[in-house]
Amino acid sequence: MASIKIENVQKAFGKVVAVDHLNLEIKDGEFFTFLGPSGCGKTTTLRMIAGFYYPTKGVVRFGDKDMTRVPPEKRNTGMVFQNYALFPHMTVFENIAFGLKVRKIASNELKARVQEVLRKVRLEKYADRQVSQLSGGQQQRVALARALVIEPEILLLDEPLSNLDAKLRDEMRSEILRLQKEYKITTIYVTHDQAEALSMSDRIAVFNFGVCHQVGTPSEIYNEPANDFVASFIGEINLLPVIVDQVEGNRVTVSAGENQYVVHNNPFNFNREHQDGELALSIRPESIRILAEKADRPNVFQGKVEDVQFFGTIILVRVRVNGLLLDVNLLNHVSANLKPGADVWVELPEDQIRLIPVLSGDAS
Amino acid sequence: MMKNRDNRLTLYLLIPVLLVLIAYVLYPSLRTFLESLQKEGGFTLGNYQDFFSQESKTNLQALWNSVYISVLSVLVSAAIGIPLAFIFNRYDFPGRGFFATAAIMPIVLPSLVGVMAFMFLYGESGLVPNAIKDLLGLKEVPFKIGGVSGILIVHAYTMYVYFYMTVSSAILKIDPSLEESAYNLGASRFQVFRKVTFPLLTPAIVAASLLVFMISMASFSAPFLLAGGFRVLSLQIYFSKINGDMEVAATQSVILSIVSIAFLLFMRWYQNRKDYRMATKGIGAHRSEVNNPVLKWTMVLTGVIGVIILLLPHFTILLLSLVPDGTWTWQTYPSVFNFENYRLLLEDPNIFKPLKNSLILSFIATAGNLVFGVLASYVLVKRKFVGKSFVDILVMIPWALPATVIGMNLIFAFNEPNIFSFGNILVGTFWILPLAYFIRHIPLVVRSTNAVLEQLDDSIEEASRSLGAKWFYTFRKVILPIIMPGVLSGTLLAFVESVGEFPTSVLLYTISNRPISIEIMNQLRMFNMGQAAAYGMIQITLIAIVLVISNKFFGVKAEQSLS
Repeated sequence: MASIKIENVQKAFGKVVAVDHLNLEIKDGEFFTFLGPSGCGKTTTLRMIAGFYYPTKGVVRFGDKDMTRVPPEKRNTGMVFQNYALFPHMTVFENIAFGLKVRKIASNELKARVQEVLRKVRLEKYADRQVSQLSGGQQQRVALARALVIEPEILLLDEPLSNLDAKLRDEMRSEILRLQKEYKITTIYVTHDQAEALSMSDRIAVFNFGVCHQVGTPSEIYNEPANDFVASFIGEINLLPVIVDQVEGNRVTVSAGENQYVVHNNPFNFNREHQDGELALSIRPESIRILAEKADRPNVFQGKVEDVQFFGTIILVRVRVNGLLLDVNLLNHVSANLKPGADVWVELPEDQIRLIPVLSGDAS
Repeated sequence: MMKNRDNRLTLYLLIPVLLVLIAYVLYPSLRTFLESLQKEGGFTLGNYQDFFSQESKTNLQALWNSVYISVLSVLVSAAIGIPLAFIFNRYDFPGRGFFATAAIMPIVLPSLVGVMAFMFLYGESGLVPNAIKDLLGLKEVPFKIGGVSGILIVHAYTMYVYFYMTVSSAILKIDPSLEESAYNLGASRFQVFRKVTFPLLTPAIVAASLLVFMISMASFSAPFLLAGGFRVLSLQIYFSKINGDMEVAATQSVILSIVSIAFLLFMRWYQNRKDYRMATKGIGAHRSEVNNPVLKWTMVLTGVIGVIILLLPHFTILLLSLVPDGTWTWQTYPSVFNFENYRLLLEDPNIFKPLKNSLILSFIATAGNLVFGVLASYVLVKRKFVGKSFVDILVMIPWALPATVIGMNLIFAFNEPNIFSFGNILVGTFWILPLAYFIRHIPLVVRSTNAVLEQLDDSIEEASRSLGAKWFYTFRKVILPIIMPGVLSGTLLAFVESVGEFPTSVLLYTISNRPISIEIMNQLRMFNMGQAAAYGMIQITLIAIVLVISNKFFGVKAEQSLS
């Protein structure tokens, strides 16, 4: 088990900077996720931890040990690759035993340890199969077992579920979490799938264009996104570019087009550090209310329903308010029975609105 | 820019590869070039002046003849190979699978043996013209091959296979939905072919054309046995060498090399352009069944006749190998058949010796090819370094250079002691032939190994490293076992090709160490067709065994790496 420190790391390939100014601290035993779109630098960072790349600048530590330039075979990390990278000429048993053989573990202990891990991933019966005879989910388990059996200090998972179909993915998600808790192993999980990240992680780091934008627990990332990129990458959100009109006591007044909005003036809703830059008003679709009639509260506007989409658990309603289109999510049991063309009132509760910085052009 | 440790490893792997390539590919070529600049003890371009302005124009004529024969070979091979590829991959009729397999049979015939078969089949005293003469009661044979027509027929027979194979694999790669969507948009059959199918096949057709052009520029065995007075450049080199005009031979070699290497570079450029990569999702190519009974049985009949024509050379060699020497002299047809030639081959040490020599020489050369091929291919496919395309071109040069030129290069490089031969003169010794065979087959083994290594995902090596295995352990226990089938099939092919190798053998052999191809030539000169054919059958059998082994045990289509 080990904590990981990434200090001021930069990785450049020729002139292209893949990761820049990266500082992260991953705690012992933590399930930590790198989340971001493809090409954002998350896999590059993972590979620097595994030792397949060495950083151009900066330091990588496991605990207090400087691992920056240690070759991959001396890091004692267990890695699961996106394509599993199982050795096609070996059986399940031989694949899992590979790391132990390299470590010159005596054959009876080796057998016992392989059996043990096979049991944990529920593949006892498949020890003598060729890996090509396994299904995708089973191959995934072998890859996990092979990484875990060497008792690595750190488990590295590079988009491990992206090749599985939806149902298997849910199953493997719980399986990975179960094993991680059982082994109490520091785990780094790379994914572009926000649902995986939110449901599995202790903490998440959100990447884009080689920069880490925010580190936090799933609820922090979702409820308090640091900027418009994080806000729009994770979940659905309404983002309206706004200009601050007035800051007065515990109220901030902003305007977006013809509408004026009132926002609570506290650090959650309006972080004053950013007040000089470009700002956007953000509100999650599930936070907006639809009212049958006008209410005498701030942030209530008249609008027209443009579109209604039924998703099962929720109903997405698009409402046009003074030229702006707002997404509103209603729970299914609120059988509002809205139809396109209906006139409605929408309310953006002032405590649910957050003003967040807009990243300049190419960084978002 | 990457990891230092890995850079060092790349360097350690690269150095031996580069040394071998410089010593045995680059240096000999340069020696030939220097030799061509020598005239009367000074450095001049005189030899080149002579080449182009010689009064008799022999050399220019030979160069022109080579180009002429090659262009005709491309056209004739394309005219046979492309339609066959279409018929066998687009239509289904009884016997299609068998015909499709039979279509690659010319590959099983080593060039010298093939030419020999054609001489006995269609030459002046050939079986086919004489049979027609007797059947129809003619006074003269109705036709005979020789000179240009002879070379062309042999080329067409052996080289249409390249068109057939490349175009076939391109047809199979076409996503049928592309054609379907053209039909769906209202295109007629002809329009679909002209606007969709044919453009998609163009890269394959161009590649095959370049390939056939190069191979026929280099062709040696067919002109050697059939040309008569017709001179081609590859043959001129041989004659210059025999006459002792070494500077002239060098000049001719350089000019032929320039043509070949220009083609190699053009081909690389052409193949590296953006070509149409097609998604292979969904259903594969489908063949439409031929329902019209007249058409169907015409196709079957044509197929049967085609197979007979294709296999006739093989049968001729088999037949001749059963005719004891001295029993077929003045008669039109042989009359005595037995296993005398094979018995002699096994029992008479003098007759067995060339076969043994060839096997030993080829084994040594191929062992070298195996080690070098795996190393070079690994470095080229899996490692990053500056100057990779230079190494890549060096590897491919022996493929582009005509065998005659490689032979000459070796003569110029190793008829004097130098560091690459560890201070020995190699010409006239045992070692020159294994070296020549090794150089000739570097590209084949490297390319077949490249094909399997490119399939091997980098993450396999990384997985092993991250599980704690050092590079060499990973290479031995993970990479080698996975790529072995592909490597072995390429290596076995190099082995049988070495056994049959003629052009470099004829330039470099020593009397005490004659390989099988030289002995075939000698036996033919002494009119011992039976013994020559028996040697040929051995070669055919070896090649057939290798192709079957590769297909059955390694699951590799070995014949593909020939093109």
